[in-house]
Amino acid sequence: MLNIRDKGAEIWEGWNRPTRSTFVIGLIAVVMMLPYAGNFSFTNILNTPISSYQAVLVYPVGMFVLMALGLNIVVGKSGLLDLGYVAFFAIGAYTAAIMGTHFHWNTWECLPLGMALAMLSGVLLGLPTLRLRGDYLAIVTLGFGEIVRIVAVNNPSIGGPNGIANVPNPPKTLGVSFGLDHMESFFWVVVIMILLIIWMVRRFTARRPGRAWEAIRQDEDVAALMGVSTLKYKIWSFSIGAAIGGAAGVIFASKSMYVAPDMFSFNISVLILSCVVFGGMGNIWGVILGGTLLAYIPERIRFISNARQFVFGVALVLIMNIRPDGLLPRKKREKITKAGE
Amino acid sequence: MNLQINDLHVFYGKIEAIKGISITVNQGEIVTLIGANGAGKTTMLKTVSGLRPVGSGSIIFDGQDISKVSAHERVELGISQAPEGRGIFPGMTVLENLEIGKYFRKNRKAEMNEDLENVYNLFPRLKERSGQAGGTLSGGEQQMLAIGRALMARPKLLLLDEPSMGLAPMMIQNIFRIITEINRTGTTILLVEQNAQQALQRAHRAYVLETGKVVKEAKASDLLNDPAVRAAYLGTGAAEGHH
Ligand SMILES: Nc1ncnc2c1ncn2[C@@H]1O[C@H](COP(=O)(O)OP(=O)(O)OP(=O)(O)O)[C@@H](O)[C@H]1O
Ligand SMILES: [Mg+2]
Repeated sequence: MLNIRDKGAEIWEGWNRPTRSTFVIGLIAVVMMLPYAGNFSFTNILNTPISSYQAVLVYPVGMFVLMALGLNIVVGKSGLLDLGYVAFFAIGAYTAAIMGTHFHWNTWECLPLGMALAMLSGVLLGLPTLRLRGDYLAIVTLGFGEIVRIVAVNNPSIGGPNGIANVPNPPKTLGVSFGLDHMESFFWVVVIMILLIIWMVRRFTARRPGRAWEAIRQDEDVAALMGVSTLKYKIWSFSIGAAIGGAAGVIFASKSMYVAPDMFSFNISVLILSCVVFGGMGNIWGVILGGTLLAYIPERIRFISNARQFVFGVALVLIMNIRPDGLLPRKKREKITKAGE
Repeated sequence: MNLQINDLHVFYGKIEAIKGISITVNQGEIVTLIGANGAGKTTMLKTVSGLRPVGSGSIIFDGQDISKVSAHERVELGISQAPEGRGIFPGMTVLENLEIGKYFRKNRKAEMNEDLENVYNLFPRLKERSGQAGGTLSGGEQQMLAIGRALMARPKLLLLDEPSMGLAPMMIQNIFRIITEINRTGTTILLVEQNAQQALQRAHRAYVLETGKVVKEAKASDLLNDPAVRAAYLGTGAAEGHH
């Protein structure tokens, strides 16, 4: 079968620096123009039938990619199974909602706080549970995801089951307005965040934290024997992932102007995890592809209404059978060197 | 370097795998632990390297009780282990496996190159294979890598868990020759083996373990001639080394 990842890597390796820069800038420009694609006859096939196309690009598409990249650091890079990732998304969203409505903070002021609170809860949850192995973490995070939602439902001071309405949009920033009729601005913010995360992950992967995560993922005991402080690096990975989930939550709240507990169900955790697994665990390009497809396709085929979830599910099962490591799996060096011998 | 284990008890849940073992390893020695499957050899090494918590008793390394020190900090103190089954990172190259052999380094570049040089001198084969993925090495090469990687941290005490496991007789000879060489350059070694014949020939002293207890302690050469030990561990299965 055609190996798109290796083919892509091969082409990339063959380019010199200016070519690479031109390509990257061109690609970013095209992505930034995506919100306008619905307006032209030759690209309007992208239009989503029922929800607004521009809104779909922000949520779920952009948000899913953002969160999938965050969860990929936890699951794909360091091999920690987090089944309650939605909790951090919820913490970020509620931070923006509470600070925005009660204290009139603007979105950019809420963003670092939302990330910090998500990260902090990641550390507090991680300290006791990351000492344990395997399944425990999955169960505890699953529980945590539900607890955050249930606390929100049962807490009248944050709106109980009704949630919080009138969350402010971001203020006009650098000449860019935000609002219902300016969905493209939200999309741009999300794309910028995605770019920052790609940059960060690539740096980490090439350097020491990436090596430590890789070692922990491959064999945690042996990693400790090499002098890797496994608990420390697991907590880092877990809480960086949490912070990204929190950031997504803040942007989500300020975009939808409304948060409610049922937006943060277990389904979201599963969907984000599916994006990671479907796209290719551990490979950022695969994860981006997975997030895009899993978020976009159900919206695109909404015209077949209720059957769409079913059709989509069957398609997923089929594809995972054909490509068990995802669409663009991480590089498997053990196989490549063998072939080259 | 001095390792002193006093009345050590180690548990897996309710199961007591180590039932009050006391052993001593002195500077410059090769000490071997031999015993049948399930005797508790791996558990002993894992407890010394910090992968298993101490139930009760003490582990004194260079005068300091390290029972509460975490595994990665024991590497700093000078204890390195080549684990049972080698524990190579299959997706990392030979060089990357070696580089991570001591994760925490203050003076990275110079020190690293020196250590790599040392390991490549001991195992020239690893140098030839430095770009190859760990998972594609042969069993013998993986064992070399496991030992070489442990040496990257310049251990005072090297823990080896069944280095002969699954290797052909020629390779077993080779590995044990190198173990002796490592010991000659001043590294103290605590060696766990099923291949009692080889282990007793190379070691200075030996302990025989049976279901979590030391049943015999002697000079290695004496055990080689001990009728009971010969019958139990050297008899028919002397050169088998299977697992
Ligand atoms: N993870 C574990 N959980 C429960 N019991 C364990 C675990 N690991 C080892 N044991 C038990 O502890 C005892 C000692 O095991 P250990 O692995 O130390 O033996 P060993 O001497 O290394 O054996 P072998 O020569 O087969 O490697 C055995 O009874 C084993 O069943
Ligand atoms: Mg063993």
